[in-house]
Amino acid sequence: MASGLHESSFANPVVRWIDQRMPIFTMMQKEYGSFPTPRNFNYFWNFGALAMINLVIMIATGVFLAMNYTAHTSLAFESVERIMRDVNYGWLIRYVHMNGASMFFIVVYIHIWRGLYYGSYKAPRELLWMLGVVIFILMMATAFMGYVLPWGQMSFWGATVITNLFSAIPLVGDSIVTLLWGGFSVDNPTLNRFFSLHYLLPFVIAGVVFLHVAALHITGSNNPLGIDPKGPQDTVPFHPYYTAKDSVGMIVYFAVFAFLVFFTPNYLGHPDNYIPANPLSTPAHIVPEWYFLPFYAILRAVPNKLGGVLMMFGAIAVLFVLPWLDRSPVRSMRFRPIAKWLMLLWTVNFFVLMWAGGRPAEGIYVLIARLSTAYYFAYFLVILPLLSKIERPLPLPESISRAVLRGGGPLRGAAAAKPMEKA
Amino acid sequence: MADTLAPSSSPSTGGAHGPEQGTKRDFLKLVTGSFAVIGVGAIAWPFIASMNPAKDVLALASTDVDVGHIAEGQAVTVMWRGKPVFVRHRTPQEIEQARSVDVSSLRDPEADAARVQKAPWLIVVGVCTHLGCVPLGQKPTDPRGDYGGWFCPCHGSEYDTSGRIRRGPAPTNLVVPEYAFTSDTLIRIG
Amino acid sequence: MPFRTLPMRGLKAAAVAAALSLGLLAAPGARAQEHEIHIPDTRYSFDGLFGTYDRGELQRGFQVYKEVCAACHGMRLLSYRNLRDIGLSEPEVRAIAQSYQIQDGPNDNGEMFERPGRLSDRFRSPFPNDAAARAANNGALPPDLSVITKARVGGADYIHALLVGYEDPPPAGATVMEGMHYNKYFPGHQIAMPPPLTGDGQVQYADGTKATTDQMARDVSAFLTWAAEPELEARRTMGVRIILFLVILGGLTYAVKRKIWARAGGDPVT
Repeated sequence: MASGLHESSFANPVVRWIDQRMPIFTMMQKEYGSFPTPRNFNYFWNFGALAMINLVIMIATGVFLAMNYTAHTSLAFESVERIMRDVNYGWLIRYVHMNGASMFFIVVYIHIWRGLYYGSYKAPRELLWMLGVVIFILMMATAFMGYVLPWGQMSFWGATVITNLFSAIPLVGDSIVTLLWGGFSVDNPTLNRFFSLHYLLPFVIAGVVFLHVAALHITGSNNPLGIDPKGPQDTVPFHPYYTAKDSVGMIVYFAVFAFLVFFTPNYLGHPDNYIPANPLSTPAHIVPEWYFLPFYAILRAVPNKLGGVLMMFGAIAVLFVLPWLDRSPVRSMRFRPIAKWLMLLWTVNFFVLMWAGGRPAEGIYVLIARLSTAYYFAYFLVILPLLSKIERPLPLPESISRAVLRGGGPLRGAAAAKPMEKA
Repeated sequence: MADTLAPSSSPSTGGAHGPEQGTKRDFLKLVTGSFAVIGVGAIAWPFIASMNPAKDVLALASTDVDVGHIAEGQAVTVMWRGKPVFVRHRTPQEIEQARSVDVSSLRDPEADAARVQKAPWLIVVGVCTHLGCVPLGQKPTDPRGDYGGWFCPCHGSEYDTSGRIRRGPAPTNLVVPEYAFTSDTLIRIG
Repeated sequence: MPFRTLPMRGLKAAAVAAALSLGLLAAPGARAQEHEIHIPDTRYSFDGLFGTYDRGELQRGFQVYKEVCAACHGMRLLSYRNLRDIGLSEPEVRAIAQSYQIQDGPNDNGEMFERPGRLSDRFRSPFPNDAAARAANNGALPPDLSVITKARVGGADYIHALLVGYEDPPPAGATVMEGMHYNKYFPGHQIAMPPPLTGDGQVQYADGTKATTDQMARDVSAFLTWAAEPELEARRTMGVRIILFLVILGGLTYAVKRKIWARAGGDPVT
């Protein structure tokens, strides 16, 4: 072997030639082939892979939509309808993209929930978790700007309302809003820059996803028991075990996705967005897309403009510091008798916020939104820090294999797996 | 907690596989893999198809040209499907020139009569068949090459008064679009 | 708690995931109920998950649009060629297109001119621009109908209800301003559009269907649904195929997954 070449274990001469010079095959084999993965994942662990697939789908459909979309206020609406009517399979590509955004948020919300319930944010995965929050924020920005592109009524007024959030910033708020707009109202310059950024951000997301996965492959995955694998008997190689299991989840995900796209493509959208944007008339009820509703409810729950904006952004920012708010050494809620129920209550509360965000901001709805907002924050800022001190967790199983194999020793499959570099 | 676990009986399921079992799994994998490949292929098709001309592009209007005001020896250029179409009112000499050529000696043999519907009116797509430039020769001041038709400035292809390639790199004659005379002086192209 | 029950946990996890997604899906449903006005359900051939368009109904609906609605409402996203989809032959569609004068130009003198419509032309709009439309309609803008059923809660049901929902005189207690009309189903109950469907015999259907107000409202709503979603039939056909495919592929994939996990003593599913 020539000096300076990577030592490759691949037999295929072409693969080997490349691998010696650029060991991507070795890397893939290590990170997605033999990568030791806890053997006890449940189906909640599908959602990371599903999110990745969803990102790919969004980028692919988006690239093809952009070939036919016109980012101009007088043509955008019509160009989208032209995609729906005249471009070959344009309706399919657009509906996949449109519902893909909703699917993305369903998948990512479940993925985040999984992290919250099984304590995936705790040491040593704090940075992994924070990168995930960054992805979530980028996703929201991307989704928001994408929703503006068809230039319907909800696009226009959504853009107006959300950009106006920044006017709450003292002193420089109005200048910032003017800067965001590139004018004195949401108009053509705004649409153009949103299109540009909407095309750019998914690739930034892809970059952060890479970091997210890189960090994951240092710490290894968490698992439903929240305890670390203690040896090869606790893990299986990622391939074929989890490639197979992820494939099962992927087909189910595709089926749900297909049902939305083919049978109820506009169900999650708002009819007003099929009315071309009219800067002179605001729709009676303006509501954001469903995935923003919980945060929209928090915004409206606060009677002060700046306060509402801060609370709304705070609702996401609090996730960044979550690893330091919850100091309980036990990760999985399965072994936390009190936190478990308060976490499930938080989940219900999240849906209440989502529901309240879609109601008019008046009467009983405001009260409900305020109570829900209070609990949303209390869970992170009060309950978790407090429980870290007072809660007495259930005894943890000795090891993953002891727990899942009912006391049986290491199995043939696991034992036959290649020796692990790390466990 | 683990102490309460029932004694395991599962390791036996991990016992050695017989060759039959292996074959069965491989067959199952093969079928599943084929299905997945079909699925991926089927997904790719709409994306590729979306790049083909859309229905509104295919339905693009035909172009009407009023040739009544084009004097003998003059030419106009009209737009059809985003391309220039040359409409030339040929002089008798030009017609004669086009018809006196020995067809078999041409690079792309085609009789002039087969390229026009009415002898004075030559209608061709004004795109050089070499690499798509627009040849010169529409304006009286343009160079027309040695054969009196058109001269492509990009790579020097020369066309005659029937729009046929006579010299230079272009392989074929200028294309005659589909057209019809809707009246004596009106032509509908497309 | 014995870990023997762990497989149950897997099911529970799946159930929670399903509930989460269903909960999310239910959110806009709840949103749609905000409107207090109850819109009566109309039965259409395209209802449900597998419904298709009734071509005869679409043609009647087009006739209503053409003879009644088109006086004020444009459908600028549609082209005459699209009418092939509702079962009209090419000569018929060509004749329809040619019955309209479409503005074209500029000609060689730099002037705009009118010529008979072609298949590729968009539907001719009744007004040259929104300002002209308002001026001709007491300041009210008749909305473009190209995607109207997608742009209104209730879709075709709403359009049908609106067209048959006029009450003259208005019910006691309702205030109706000058130039407005009372409509049960219009938000706020006051609509600028006068009752467009005035009664039997307004339109002569070629197929002999009796043109009652209800029938015309139903037909034109169906036509407008087609106009808004011309891809509906292709979409549903493709959807059925893809979901069947996924069911088979899902079964196969699950079988492969089980086989693979059998090597490790089965998927513990915690």
